[in-house]
Amino acid sequence: MKALIKKFVEAAGPSGFENAVRDLVKAEIAPYVDRIEVDALGSLIAWKGSRQPGGKRVMISAHLDEIGVIATHVDQNGFVRFTPLGAVRPHTCLGGRVIFQNGTRGVIGSERLEDLARTPGFEQMFIDVGAASREDCPVRTGDAGSFDRDFVALSENRLAAKAMDDRIGVAVQVEVIRQLKASPNELVFVFSTQEEVMLRGATTAAYAVDPEIGISIDVTVSGDTPRGIKMETALGKGPAIKVRDAGMISDPRLVRHMCAAAERLGIPVQLEILEGGTTDARAIQTTRAGVPAGCVSIPCRYIHSPSEVLDYQDVINSVKLLVELLGHPIDLQ
Amino acid sequence: MSTHNTHAFELPVIGAEQIALLEKLSNAVGISGDEGEVRKIVLDEIKGLVDQIIVDSLGNVLAICNGEGPDPLRVMLAAHMDEVGFMLVEEDAPGLYAFAVVGGVDLRHLPGKMVQAGKQHLPGVIGAKPIHLQEKDENGRAIPLTSLRIDIGPGGKGKLKPGDRAAFATAFQQVGPSIIGKALDDRLGVATLIEILKRRPRQLTLQVAFTVQEEVGLRGARVAGYALNPDIAIILDSTPSYDLPVWDGEENIRYNTRIGCGPAIYTVDGATINDPRLIKFLAQIAERHGIPFQFRQPGGGGTDAGAIHKTRGGVPSVSISVPGRYQHTAAQITRTDDWTHTLQLVYAALHGLDRSVLAAER
Repeated sequence: MKALIKKFVEAAGPSGFENAVRDLVKAEIAPYVDRIEVDALGSLIAWKGSRQPGGKRVMISAHLDEIGVIATHVDQNGFVRFTPLGAVRPHTCLGGRVIFQNGTRGVIGSERLEDLARTPGFEQMFIDVGAASREDCPVRTGDAGSFDRDFVALSENRLAAKAMDDRIGVAVQVEVIRQLKASPNELVFVFSTQEEVMLRGATTAAYAVDPEIGISIDVTVSGDTPRGIKMETALGKGPAIKVRDAGMISDPRLVRHMCAAAERLGIPVQLEILEGGTTDARAIQTTRAGVPAGCVSIPCRYIHSPSEVLDYQDVINSVKLLVELLGHPIDLQ
Repeated sequence: MSTHNTHAFELPVIGAEQIALLEKLSNAVGISGDEGEVRKIVLDEIKGLVDQIIVDSLGNVLAICNGEGPDPLRVMLAAHMDEVGFMLVEEDAPGLYAFAVVGGVDLRHLPGKMVQAGKQHLPGVIGAKPIHLQEKDENGRAIPLTSLRIDIGPGGKGKLKPGDRAAFATAFQQVGPSIIGKALDDRLGVATLIEILKRRPRQLTLQVAFTVQEEVGLRGARVAGYALNPDIAIILDSTPSYDLPVWDGEENIRYNTRIGCGPAIYTVDGATINDPRLIKFLAQIAERHGIPFQFRQPGGGGTDAGAIHKTRGGVPSVSISVPGRYQHTAAQITRTDDWTHTLQLVYAALHGLDRSVLAAER
C-alpha cells in the first residue's frame, strides 16, 4: 500500500483543481465499483453494492484536495504574488517550493524582513519561477499550485509527505473498496473536492447521495510531539475514532459501533477530541434532514505543512476497521 | 462600439435608455431585507419580457424564460437588488435616530454624509462633532457607531420608527467617461440582466434571479438557487478596484481589479472556486468578440455564487463583475465602458452557450 500512498501524495490537487488526483483514483477503483460519476463540483462518486436486508445506504468520504496557492499577480520582473487556497500557514512557506498546474515549478521567497522574529505575511511573499519579466513568466493570475515535496519513509512505519491530509484517507478508501467483497449496505464512496475551503464538495455530494449513515476518513492532530498540543492521540496507537471536533459531534451510537468493531478485530483504536478543524462528516451530518455521522481519523503530525508525518500501522488498521464496519449491517443502538 | 463585423450578431451597447434605467435603479432605495422599491422597478421593466414571474417568500424576483427545442440548458443568472445602508434603532430625541449598519459599511466613511430615511426618503444627515469643537487628539480617531446619529430635524419627530431603513442620498450622475451612484453595487448587475432579458437568447431556459439580502450573507440567492435548480449559474455583481497609484511609485500588486480594463471574471474568492470550464469559456468568448476583460485577483469577498454553487447536488458557477472604485461608500465610480463590455460579454456568452461547455469533467 505504500506505493499507492506515494502515488497519491505526490500528485498535485489544490482545492478546486483536483482533476489529476481524481483521474488517478478513478483508474484504481474502476474494476471494483458498479458505477462512477463526477459531479458539478468535481467530486468522484462511486457506488458499490446494493442494499440487502438490514443494510443501509452509507456515504464514506475522503477528500481529494490539499491546501495550496493561487497566483494573484505577476509583477514586471516576473515574480508571482499569491494567496493561499485553504489554511496554509505563512511560517511553513519560506524556502518551500510549489508546482503550478501547468508544471511550472517555483521557490517561495519574501521581501526583506525587518524583524526576523516575526513571520512575514503572504502579502510579503512571492514565488520565483525563474522568469525575468511578466511576459516571460509562464504563470498567470488565477493559476493554482500545490506544495512540491517528495514522499519519504522516515523509518519502517513512519511516512512523511505533503498532502497526507487527505490523500491518506483517499488511499485508505481505495484500499477498502478493493478489499470489500460483500456488504449488506449500499456503499457510496465519495472522493470529495474543496474540503479545505469549507467542505464544499462533500456538501453537494451528501445532498445528492442522500445517505442514511455518513463516515469521513481524514487525518487528525497528534498530541505526541515535544511541547505539542494536549491531545490523547498518538502515532502508532491505532485509528482515531472521532468523538467531536470543532464542527461536529459524532453520533454516539456510531462511535460505540466503531469501537465494538475494533474490539472484535482486536485492533487498537484511540478516541479523538479535536479542538480545531472539522471534516466532510460535518457536511454529511447536516445535509437535508440530518444523517448520523462519524469519522475515522489517522493521527498525523505537522498537518498543513509540506511534511506531514503518520504511522503506516495506523493506516493498515484503518483499512481493516472500515472493511469490518462497512461489510456488516450498521445497526445503531 | 460597433466596429465588429466578424460576428453574426450585433453586440448591445449602453445608450441613453440604459443609463436612464441605471439611474432609476441606483437612486431607488433597497437596503437588505427591504428591497421593495427596487423590486417594483424590476417587475415593471421585465413585464412582458418573460414567460413566468415569481416573487418568492424572501422577496427574490425569479423570472423564467422557457428555451426552445427539447431539453434546453437551464441557465441561472443572478444579480442582487439590495444595497448596504442603515436601519434605525431608536429615536433619541425628536428627529434624531440611533442606527445600525446593514451589510459591510466602514464607519469611518459616515460622518457628514447625507442620507435619505424611511419610505418617504426624508432627507437627513449623519452628524458628528464639528472640527471647531474637537479636542486635540480627537481628530485622528474613528467615531464609534454609538456616537453617530441620523438627524432629520425636529420636524421629523415621530415620522420614522425603529426598523425603518436609511440609505446614502447620493444622486446618480454621469461624469465624462464615468458614472457615479450610491448603489451601483449591484444595480449594475440588475440593469444588465434587464437588458439581457430584452434581447434574450432563445436556445436557453433563462432563470433570472433578482436576489435579496446578498449584503448580509447571500440569503436570497440560497433559496433562489434551490428553487431554480439550474444546470449552470452566472452571477453578475460589482467588485472593488483598488487600482490607485502606490505612494512610492512601486508597482501596485493588490488592486483586486482595475477600472477601464473590462468585466472582471472571477477565479477564486472567499466563497467560491469558480468553475474552470466556465472561466475558460468566458475568456474564449471575450477574445472571439474582441471584448476586453480581466481576471479579478484571487482573494476574499464573495458573490451570490457562494450560495448558489452549493445548492442541492452542486451548480457549476462563475461570477462576472463590473469593476468600480469606492464600493460600499456613499459614492461608487464606474467607467461606462466597463459596463458596456460586461453587458456584451454576458450577451455573447449566452448566445454561444450550450451543453458542450460541461462536456469535460470539472
